[in-house]
Amino acid sequence: MRINPRFTNKLVHIGLNLQAFFTVGILVIIVAIICFKGFPYVNFEFIFAYPQDMGRIGGIFPSIAGTIFLVLLSILLATPLGVGTAIFLTEYTKESVFTKIIRFGVESLAGIPSILYGLFGFIFFVIKLKMGWSLLAGVLTITIMILPTIIRTSEEAIKAVPRNLRIVSYSLSATKWETVTKVVLPSAIPGILTGIMLSVGRAVGETAAVIFTMGSSLRLPTSLFDSGRTMAVHFYILAREGISMEKAYGTALVLVVSILLINILAYYLMNKAISRYS
Amino acid sequence: MTNNPIRKERFVKWVLVVFALSSLLFLFLIFMFIFFEGLPLFHKVGLKNIILGFKWAPTKGFFGIFPMIVSSFLVTFGALVIGAPMGLSCAIYLSEYSGKKMKMFLKPALELLAGIPSVVYGFLGVVYIVPIVRDHIGGSGFSLLATSIILGIMILPTIISISFDSIMSVPKTYREGSLAMGATKWQTIYKVILPAARSGILASFILGMGRAIGETMAVIMIAGNALKIPSSILDPLRTLTGNIALELAYATGDHRLGLFSTGVVLLVIIMILNYIANFGIKRRT
Amino acid sequence: MIMDIKIAIRRLRVTFSKNEILKGVTVDVYKNTITGFMGPSGSGKSSLISIINRMIDFEDNVRIEGEVRIDGQSILDGGHDNVELRRRVGTVFAVPIPLPRSIYENIAYGPRLKGIGDRATLHYIVEDSLKKAFLWDEVKDRLGISALKLSGGQQQRLCLARTLALKPEIILLDEPCSGLDPISTAKIEDALSELKKDITIILVSNNTKQIARITDFAAFFYLGELIEYDATEKLFTTPSMKKTEDYIQGKFG
Repeated sequence: MRINPRFTNKLVHIGLNLQAFFTVGILVIIVAIICFKGFPYVNFEFIFAYPQDMGRIGGIFPSIAGTIFLVLLSILLATPLGVGTAIFLTEYTKESVFTKIIRFGVESLAGIPSILYGLFGFIFFVIKLKMGWSLLAGVLTITIMILPTIIRTSEEAIKAVPRNLRIVSYSLSATKWETVTKVVLPSAIPGILTGIMLSVGRAVGETAAVIFTMGSSLRLPTSLFDSGRTMAVHFYILAREGISMEKAYGTALVLVVSILLINILAYYLMNKAISRYS
Repeated sequence: MTNNPIRKERFVKWVLVVFALSSLLFLFLIFMFIFFEGLPLFHKVGLKNIILGFKWAPTKGFFGIFPMIVSSFLVTFGALVIGAPMGLSCAIYLSEYSGKKMKMFLKPALELLAGIPSVVYGFLGVVYIVPIVRDHIGGSGFSLLATSIILGIMILPTIISISFDSIMSVPKTYREGSLAMGATKWQTIYKVILPAARSGILASFILGMGRAIGETMAVIMIAGNALKIPSSILDPLRTLTGNIALELAYATGDHRLGLFSTGVVLLVIIMILNYIANFGIKRRT
Repeated sequence: MIMDIKIAIRRLRVTFSKNEILKGVTVDVYKNTITGFMGPSGSGKSSLISIINRMIDFEDNVRIEGEVRIDGQSILDGGHDNVELRRRVGTVFAVPIPLPRSIYENIAYGPRLKGIGDRATLHYIVEDSLKKAFLWDEVKDRLGISALKLSGGQQQRLCLARTLALKPEIILLDEPCSGLDPISTAKIEDALSELKKDITIILVSNNTKQIARITDFAAFFYLGELIEYDATEKLFTTPSMKKTEDYIQGKFG
């Protein structure tokens, strides 16, 4: 028996509609659970107080600070490296075997799972370079991990700057570097910031690569060679070792809300970058 | 200008070359150190005894990771069984059915799923999915099934965004041609658009697999981490990533080398998957 | 009257991939004149000026043979400085392309690259350049607004002013009025006629009436060859080549 194609068509339409909303529903449910369960435990003291008794009592201030230190330092290192690579690939060279090899390297880095970054960071930075579990080892590992994202988004952003603007700049006697810094980069900044914000989001939520390089000390890191823990690591330990469900939910709330805000900011910047030339 | 502009240009160019080479250097270092630590054990214990060995008791000289390799693939396929149809239908809906305003809302919302940290997925899996499986289906709940469900959700953003791009890159004329011949929208999608976007969609599945097989924190929280090949979807299991993450903090000597051997196997699998996926994406464009 | 030669072009041959765009062209451009390069599209006139400012370097697979000298100095050998050259040779493109910044910053872009940072000097240069491009009166109260907010005709005068801010010896204009209304066109033509006192101007155009109106010398190119080159008045009244006559009369082009 043949089913009427118009009927199938209608059915598929309804099915796909439901599917899409179901998927968005998952996001909404995740965020809702975290918000409702975590909300009662998050207050001024939770954010600014030091934890006691493994985190059973008190706040999560050292892990918030640890997250900020780790992410800021990684971004500080990865941004010049990544944007510089993107500038090289787009402005300073033509497509060749050399650029193909570099692109292959970037793609491969992007595909490596975070546990292998953790494994590498552990053996190279922590053990071989004798940094121990430290903020520095964490920063260097995360820098390498977020580099591909920054390179790719910066490259897209730089490529989107109209060629005409470069031509005009050259015709006004600018050198290549002057053209890049005065015309190309200012126009590409929203796109580059998008990549940076997405990387920040990834670094904030990262656990596997951080726990084996930065360690999980509950103390506030005061030097590059101190161990420390990020919110994600703190949350993982609270939840996995069953230390405190309340504190775990509270930490999850702070973690998820900051990541969502960072990502929403990233998409806002991306839309701004897209609307710039269309 | 402070100094000679031509010399300055040359200097800038060399700095940028060094920056660009840094990515290659990092890739090289990662491979070198993981292989450097991981390969000696293959030599000492034997490739076969590691890759096909069933027993993992590293302090007693047994380094078999065959059950973990199988488990890694099982959770990956499980994730694909759940994530692929969901992800592809979302991509089709976004590209073919949703209005412009809806798209502006849905696409970023779906991509935000990618931003949720994997520890949060793992935690919610433990608190909600594991008990549901335990109470309504059976077993301890820490299982292939629960892990597959969580991983299936986690790979959705990858599958959606890459499938979406490949469906959008099918030329408009294909659509118009088919609709003009009296095909319904669904017939057009099913018979014309999906075949045309095939290689990109496959690439999205393979990249999703890459994400699932490399996933760690969520998996160790939900999978139960038992050292055997699961015989049903309700059995617990331990993946390659889980093996590394669970034991790295305290492993020493050959035990630690065994974890790097696990890393070598994982790295090789990931590289093959990425290579295949990139091939699929390049063929599309 | 003996005139100084500003730009001497000898046996210039330009090949893009395998296409010969210019087939051995020899022209002298005289100092402080407006010289028109005209011809149908594909005649090579635009490629010719992109050699004079070496903007052709941004194209791929180009081969250049022959000689181009400005004030007797070759600009084709490796020894000279393209950045310095583009300070001396300004360019106005067919489509106005303002940089995405304010009117003021558009004009100040070139001087700042030269290292001029002093506010008073910059103010003077901006005002002077805008006046010379006949744009000052229209924008003097809103120098801070984005240059993209100006009309097409104003944008093109802004581009002229931006070039003037570098105090160039030569200005190349590549069909600068092709998209403009008659009033803006007239303003640009008036500006050029004033500017030639100090500056050598080359105007590439497919608009023979414009060439006849404002140039002192005119060259007619066809398929990469220079067909005829003479004082504008002579070329337009008694052309020596049949092809030139046909082109001027609008039989093709």
